[in-house]
Order: sequence, then structure tokens, then C-alpha cells
Amino acid sequence: MNQPVITVQDLNLWYGQSQALRSVSIQIPDRAITALIGPSGCGKSTFLKTLDRMNDLIPSVRVEGQVLYQGQDIFQTDVNQLRREIGMVFQKPNPFPMSIYDNVAYGPRTHGTRDKKTLDQLVERALRDAAIWDEVKDRLKKNALSLSGGQQQRLCIARALAVQPRVLLMDEPTSALDPISTSRIEDLVLSLKEHYAIVMVTHNMQQALRVSDQTAFFLLGELIEFGETGTLFSQPRDKRTEDYITGRFG
Amino acid sequence: MMMTSSPRRPLVPLVRVLSLLAAGLTALLTLFLIGYILLQGLPHLSWELVSTSPSYISQRVGILPDLLNTLYITLTTLLFVLPLGVGAAVYLTEYASSRRLAGAIEYAAEALAGIPSIIYGLVGMLLFSNTLGTSLMAGALTLVIMNLPTIMRNTQESLKTVPQSYREGAFGLGAGKWRVIRTVVLPNCLEGVVTGCILSVGRILGESAALLFTAGFAHTANDFFTALSSPGATLTVALYVYAKEQGEFGAAFAIAAILMLLALAINLLATLSAKFFQRRNAS
Ligand SMILES: Nc1ncnc2c1ncn2[C@@H]1O[C@H](COP(=O)(O)OP(=O)(O)OP(=O)(O)O)[C@@H](O)[C@H]1O
Ligand SMILES: [Mg+2]
Repeated sequence: MNQPVITVQDLNLWYGQSQALRSVSIQIPDRAITALIGPSGCGKSTFLKTLDRMNDLIPSVRVEGQVLYQGQDIFQTDVNQLRREIGMVFQKPNPFPMSIYDNVAYGPRTHGTRDKKTLDQLVERALRDAAIWDEVKDRLKKNALSLSGGQQQRLCIARALAVQPRVLLMDEPTSALDPISTSRIEDLVLSLKEHYAIVMVTHNMQQALRVSDQTAFFLLGELIEFGETGTLFSQPRDKRTEDYITGRFG
Repeated sequence: MMMTSSPRRPLVPLVRVLSLLAAGLTALLTLFLIGYILLQGLPHLSWELVSTSPSYISQRVGILPDLLNTLYITLTTLLFVLPLGVGAAVYLTEYASSRRLAGAIEYAAEALAGIPSIIYGLVGMLLFSNTLGTSLMAGALTLVIMNLPTIMRNTQESLKTVPQSYREGAFGLGAGKWRVIRTVVLPNCLEGVVTGCILSVGRILGESAALLFTAGFAHTANDFFTALSSPGATLTVALYVYAKEQGEFGAAFAIAAILMLLALAINLLATLSAKFFQRRNAS
């Protein structure tokens, strides 16, 4: 396993009175794909959103424990800088209602890139990396909402890549997509792991098997098992993991 | 269930006839009113009327000052009420951490909207006319208070319709709060701001009671800044003065016709802007 880029120690999280994460400890490896699986409501999204502090937007959330990004406590660092380095792709494609170009340029502009030429280059590279350049290169000025769902999701990935993050968090990025778009995104994710650490929530066991290097199984806010994907699926150590991956519940 | 088995069936034709009658009467009244005012007013409408000031010496009635005053007061009011109302709405929906405080302010705004305008006039007179003198500025500030709830509520409603996913997307890229609001939230609630503006302009054009107290009756044509510090009548106030105090019914009806055309124009504008935003949202 590669060097961990994110280290989580004893993470507890509450929404008001109800606890959603219980003493989670995990190390996210660099340049690898980590899949998060588990039944609905077990805290996968909550965990993912803790890593780039998107939970800060919810007033009732209380967090205990430690999350280190490259050795730094994420709760002590500048949140905007943190989110620049840890990008997020959401379950439902959420392009801004502006042009394709402006969507991708949004991040770089946010962080101070003004030069037209630099922006052009960043936008093209991000769109190429997200495997959507050929489909949109002739209509960069068109509204992003005119794209198909699968294209919108790849655009959102491009938008996240344009700020040159280290880590990419993806919350069920293909659950709203058709099979062809899904397999394009899977290929894309596989090609991205050369440069990024990727954490991906998925409900699809096949998908976890196809793309991920490590898999983490959550249940009721607890991390039950974490290990190399092939091993976890073929020889689960915990009975509950076995029940889940063989489809006995969830 | 089949309608034919309903025992209330015999009432249906009666209800239909009654509602048809009501609708017809409403349409008739509206058309009569519009027609009457235009018939009475348009013959008196002339280039001379709208391009000159009134003069006792040459016994001339001219409404240029009133037109200018109306324009000035509308612009000034919007200039103040827009940033205030939009700012308040943004604060309440995007920043306010205390739901209770936000709720209290929203409730106050709601109550403010229901107060008769003559009370605004009374308060405006005490607050603004007594300090700034009876002037267009005092009138405009009174109108600002009157229209604040309109702008605020419309903007707020619009802010609430901006999908949370836009905000998350922008925050997720490392944008700060103000940047998210400026680049993603506000551009998508333009519709509410524009709607509020149109409603406010309609209200400003139609307001007389509050302005009688605060802005006065003068019919002098001034430039913008002089006008703000001088008393002046708007079209509606001038209408009142000409009809009630000077018996100049020709001028009064001419003004009425202008106001009505403006009201129709504002209605049209509202419809057009709604269409425009509908199309924009669909694309
Ligand atoms: N904003 C919130 N306020 C209160 N409770 C929440 C909130 N978001 C999630 N929860 C609760 O926290 C728990 C974990 O939710 P989470 O969304 O992380 O689950 P998940 O594993 O992502 O589920 P799914 O597979 O359905 O997406 C659930 O019990 C949920 O009801
Ligand atoms: Mg989820």
C-alpha cells in the first residue's frame, strides 16, 4: 500500500443527538482507489463529507477525533485551501448554470488565476483528463445544463480536476447514470488514480471490485472491515461483511 | 367515481352561470374604467402639456416637473431600497445563524407590508421631512421603507429556490462564502430581484398619501440634485392637486391616462420578464 495521504483517528460525528460515525480509524492511500461500501444510512456520505469539511455547512454537526491530511489537522487548516486540495464529485451531477468553459474555469478563477491563456490551458487539460474534451470542444460557450447526465458528471469531474487537487472524493458518481456513461466514468476513474488518491462511495459491488484497490465496509456508523479489495470480497474476516457482500442484507 | 351519480349535479349549471356573470362583470368594469380614463384623458394629452412647466401668467398647465419628479423619486428610491433589500435578504438566508432572529425580522417585514401608506407618510414626515425639509429626498426615503419588504421578500423567495447543490459545488472547489454568493447564488435569483423591482416601481408610481406628507406639491422643473432637496409633486400627487384644489380636470385626466398607460406597461414588463426567466431556466 502506498503512503497514506489522509489518516483518520477515532472519528466520531453527531447530527444533533444522533451519532452517525463511531470511532472510525482509517488510512487513505495515495494514488489508489478506495471504495466505501455499506447499506443505506450507514454513514458513507457523512464520512466522505468530513474529509473535505463539507459538514461545516450543516450547523447541527459535531465532530470529535482527528483527521490528518498530509500530516496536518484538517480542522486547523484553512478550509478553502483544504477543499482546493481535496475535491468532491457529487452523486447528482451539479454543474453551475453557466457555460461549460466557465464551469471548469470556476475553480482556478476562485484561486486567483486571471490570465486568459493560462485559464484556456487549464480548462482544456481538465476536460481532456475527464475524457469529455472531444465532445465539448466546439461548444465551450454553451450552457453546461444542455449536456446529458453522463456528460454533466464528467464535466463536474473536470471542474474538480481543474484546481489540481491531490485527493478526489466521489459520492456514488455513477448512480444517476446509464450503463455506458457509468463504464466511461469507471475507465476515467481508473486512469486518474495514477495522479490522485480517490475515495469513492458505491452501492455497486461489481463496481467496487472492478475499480478499487482497497475497500472499506461501513455498518451503522462503524468501520467494520478495511482491506485490499480482492481479499475483502473473497475472504471477508468479519461475518457482517460476508453477509453484506453476499447480499444477505442491505 | 362518475360525476353523473352526484346529487349536487343540478347545481352545476347555476354555478357556471353565476361565475360566468362574475367574470363578465369584472371584465366589463375593467374595460369601462380604462376606456373612460383614456377617453377623458387622451384629448388633453399634448406635447405642450408634457414638455412645459405650469405658469399662472400665461395660464398654462404643464406637467413636465411632475414627470421629472416621478422619475427622480423612482430612481432614488430604487437606488436605496435595492441594496438594502437584497442585502437584508442575503443576510437572512445565507448568513444569519440565529433562526429566531431571522424569523423575527421576516415577521416584521411581513407586518410592514400590511400597514396603510398614510401611516408611512406620517412617520416619514416626522423622521425625514422634519430633518431634510419637505423634499423629494424625504419622499424617496419614506418610499424606501415602504418598499423594503417587497424587495426583501421577493429576493428571499428567490434565494430559497437556488439549489443547494450549486452552493455545495462551489464550496467544494474551495470558494469562500462571499464568492459563492456573488457568483453562484445571486445570479440565480435575479428573477426575484427583478420581480420585486417591478412591483416596487408600480407601487411608487401609484403612491400619493405618503408623498403628500413628505414630498410636497411644488411644480418646478429642476435638475436631479436640486429636485432632491426641494419639494415637488409626483404625477399622482399632481393629479390630486389639479383635480381637488384647482379644478383642472383636463390636466388631472391627462395625468390619469399617463399613469394608466405606465401601469399597463409595467404589467407587460412583468409578463415579459417572467417569460424571459422561464426561457432562461429551461435552456
Ligand atoms: N443533514 C443531516 N441531518 C441529520 N441527520 C443526517 C443528515 N445527513 C445524514 N444524516 C443521518 O446520518 C446517517 C448517515 O447518513 P449518510 O447520508 O452518511 O448515509 P449513507 O451511507 O451515505 O447512505 P446512502 O447509501 O443512502 O447514501 C443516517 O442515519 C442519516 O439519517
Ligand atoms: Mg450517501
